[in-house]
Amino acid sequence: MYTYSEFDEAFVRERVAQFRGQVERRVDGSLTEDEFKPLRLMNGLYLQLHAYMLRVAIPYGTLNPDQMRQLAMIAERWDRGYGHFTTRQNIQYNWPKLADVPDMLDALADVGMHAIQTSGNTIRNVTADHFAGAAADELLDPRPVAELLRQWSTDHPEFQFLPRKFKIAVTGAPNDRAVVKSHDIGLQMVERDGETGVQVIVGGGLGRTPMIGKVVREFLPLEDLLPYCEAIVSVWNLIGRRDNKYKARIKITVHEHGIDEIRRMVEERFAEIRPGFTGVDQQLLAELTGAFAPPAFKTAPTDAYEAARAADPVFRAWADTNLAAHKAEGYAIVTVSLKAHGATPGDASAEQMRLLADLAERFGHQELRISHEQNVILPHVHKADLPELHAALKSAGLATANIGLVSDIIACPGMDYCALATARSIPIAQEIATRIDELKIEHEVGHMKIKISGCINACGHHHVGHIGILGLDRAGVENYQITLGGDGTETASIGERAGPGFPAEGVVPAIERLIFAYLDVRESADETFLQAYRRLGPDPFKAALYPADDKGRANAA
Amino acid sequence: MSRKFTPKVVTANALLEGDAVWLTADDRWSTDMREAELLEDEAEAQVRLVFAASQPDRVVGPYLADAVAGPDGPEPTHFREVFRTLGPSNYFHGKQADESAEAAR
Ligand code: SF4
Repeated sequence: MYTYSEFDEAFVRERVAQFRGQVERRVDGSLTEDEFKPLRLMNGLYLQLHAYMLRVAIPYGTLNPDQMRQLAMIAERWDRGYGHFTTRQNIQYNWPKLADVPDMLDALADVGMHAIQTSGNTIRNVTADHFAGAAADELLDPRPVAELLRQWSTDHPEFQFLPRKFKIAVTGAPNDRAVVKSHDIGLQMVERDGETGVQVIVGGGLGRTPMIGKVVREFLPLEDLLPYCEAIVSVWNLIGRRDNKYKARIKITVHEHGIDEIRRMVEERFAEIRPGFTGVDQQLLAELTGAFAPPAFKTAPTDAYEAARAADPVFRAWADTNLAAHKAEGYAIVTVSLKAHGATPGDASAEQMRLLADLAERFGHQELRISHEQNVILPHVHKADLPELHAALKSAGLATANIGLVSDIIACPGMDYCALATARSIPIAQEIATRIDELKIEHEVGHMKIKISGCINACGHHHVGHIGILGLDRAGVENYQITLGGDGTETASIGERAGPGFPAEGVVPAIERLIFAYLDVRESADETFLQAYRRLGPDPFKAALYPADDKGRANAA
Repeated sequence: MSRKFTPKVVTANALLEGDAVWLTADDRWSTDMREAELLEDEAEAQVRLVFAASQPDRVVGPYLADAVAGPDGPEPTHFREVFRTLGPSNYFHGKQADESAEAAR
């Protein structure tokens, strides 16, 4: 597995030492908040509703057991015994004290982790497919490319004061699990005439003005990746709007100039800077590819797995929902749900983190991943070990069999923590999951993505939820707008607003009506909610959301 | 017609702890909103806000929040301010927990 270079180590330590001094000067009054705020944000430290919040990067979602244990230790020592995994493959601590943060950062540095570029107008933590290096459908592990981009963008002098933040996602598989079309740059590995290259997508984004990214280059040879990305950022850095925060993201630049003009400018800039890239980046990429080489997979019989499937219906249900196809014979990818019905999506206690670290050591070739869907992945587990793994997960409340189902909800922190929120998201997620569990229908309903954001910034990706829920403040009351038909995969689309919003207590009944309407209209159990929505259009679903009787009217505000 | 002034409290986050605090009439920062000074006059509210802003070594981001007089002191009117007096709804953390700890003492 890849470990940080000495340069990284020295750089991170230096930054922690600087920040320690800055915190001291803030506390003794020699720095004002205006001076300190950009410094703390550069180190991932936010001030939220009830406390500070430290956001720690988990680059491309990859962790080793020691790192996971350290995250648990930090949660216990300086926080409240848990951490929150976010939709950007970060972990957030919700209760640090200002004076403790430098120690937390030092503890992170001990395991090669940091909070750099998790905030500010920089190139943020590069995200990747959480099944990277394991998925059966993968052309190429996207992590070496993600790491190359991370090294290139970290402290890149040209890109420290960009018009706005900039997010890059990479996937090595045709099935997009990294939401690449909703990123400023989305990179998708593709094959052409036996050669693997990259399809480059630009200008995607959610937030106030959601946009699906557009293809700027159909096929880019891997060796051109860095100069090409640099050309994109450079063009945007030049023509991106700095006059209006809401128009600064590259999606607006692409929208205003048109993809053809952007392509022309990018290609021109690319031609200019390409000669400056003399191959050092390719040497590095080759090294990184070696560092991310797959573990030595074992060969073993899978009888124990088959026997457990036949004997234990609970195990079978879990295996059916939480496993994904692995590229190695006899192996499976395990998604551990952090969405127990009624729990806070994405939260893991220190004990759970430690157990996951142990299990990765015992059964998972030392690897853990965090998904943008706020779950934990054990990417390489031999099927023979699955019954034992499942039993261990069950003992810690981590064996919920709901991946990809109704209760596998993405929810941002919302107004329970976030200072920018206009309404809460977590309780809505908890209530929907609890209700669907009472109804005992989620396996029958099948694949469904519900995503909830507590404000228009859309950290909960509601625009690309099959059902999206957006919390707003309407005249001093929490109100929830529902969007339908969103999709964050390779067939990406932005959900459409269904109609007037619902008060908090109206959301769960509304979702329930939607789900039953879907069960009524689907052609077969194989037709997913999204497929049914695409076949039929919004009408039957709107009719369910807004029934003509008085009760329904009263429900919708 | 100018909008009618509604009563306010001065609130902020404590610099060291980060938690919500309110300015009292005797110039303290209290973690209990009921101890806050309720400001019914617009000019006075501005004066108190300026005073708050002059204490960057104690608080961050002071602002005026709507409030009403209650039996035990000022109470929030907007749900965001209500949450700030309690803490998150998914765990018994934050002020709600501190308060019950105090009550138990
Ligand atoms: S979507 Fe809004 S409320 Fe939710 S985390 Fe992002 S900024 Fe906060």
